[in-house]
Amino acid sequence: MIQSIPLSYVLVVSTLMFFIGIFGFLTRRNLITMLMSIELILNSVNINFVAFNHYLYPQAFQGHFFAMIVIAIAAAEAAVGIAIIINIYRNFKSIDVEKVDQMKF
Amino acid sequence: MLDQISFFVVSAIILVFSVLTVTSRRILRAAVYLLFVLVATAVLYFMMNYNFLAAVQLTVYAGGIVVLIIFSILLTSHISERAVMAPLKQSLLSALAALAGATLTLMVILGFNFVPNSAPGVESNIHNVGLALISYQRDGYALPFEVISILLLAAIIGAIVVAKKEKLTKEEEKKISEETKNETAL
Repeated sequence: MIQSIPLSYVLVVSTLMFFIGIFGFLTRRNLITMLMSIELILNSVNINFVAFNHYLYPQAFQGHFFAMIVIAIAAAEAAVGIAIIINIYRNFKSIDVEKVDQMKF
Repeated sequence: MLDQISFFVVSAIILVFSVLTVTSRRILRAAVYLLFVLVATAVLYFMMNYNFLAAVQLTVYAGGIVVLIIFSILLTSHISERAVMAPLKQSLLSALAALAGATLTLMVILGFNFVPNSAPGVESNIHNVGLALISYQRDGYALPFEVISILLLAAIIGAIVVAKKEKLTKEEEKKISEETKNETAL
């Protein structure tokens, strides 16, 4: 591709996706859906890295590897986050953030 | 022309399903919408000729993380359960905040004149990516690669330690066995 499409179009898509993720993070009350909003945010950041790499520095790989490392960190974050969520569910019988209001067990 | 049409279709898919992901009241459906968003992002990477990255996106995100999320949804909530949304006032305020942030960022992006670089790019095939990953010269990524591997190890161990059931102490075991004995006696 993609020379027929200006860079700013890709950036518009990723910006909108980022703020949709922010909106979801602020309005959701369920821990798993909040985690899904975070995945949306990370994904939009990845699109930004890759688009900048492709359009402005095509002779290098920096953005590409940044995106790959972000993907790996997102996987680790999802694994640990879901482990914590399952533990919270075991202790509170709920994963609603309003009901989990006590830090000690 | 074809490029533009497919780009607009892919971005429409991304945006529509992102909105559905954060507004759908059925959690399982929200997870499936998230899967669509991630696959469409992989298509975007394919369009930019980053084949390896797109494959990683498909396997790790779409194949791994979404399956993990779906498993945890099935473990923690009922299928028919509807998610509780925030009160209307809070939703409106968050929408306002997100909208304000989006307009500000879009104004900056659309006002900036990006000059695309038309130099011939490096091809993102397995050969080049693999060489860059193990190289410790300039433009090599051996150190981040190793750091990521340690991080993944720590995450695996951490997830197991956090999620596993605590062992019962001897007294608790005794109590439980006595209770079951009483029940059978009754």
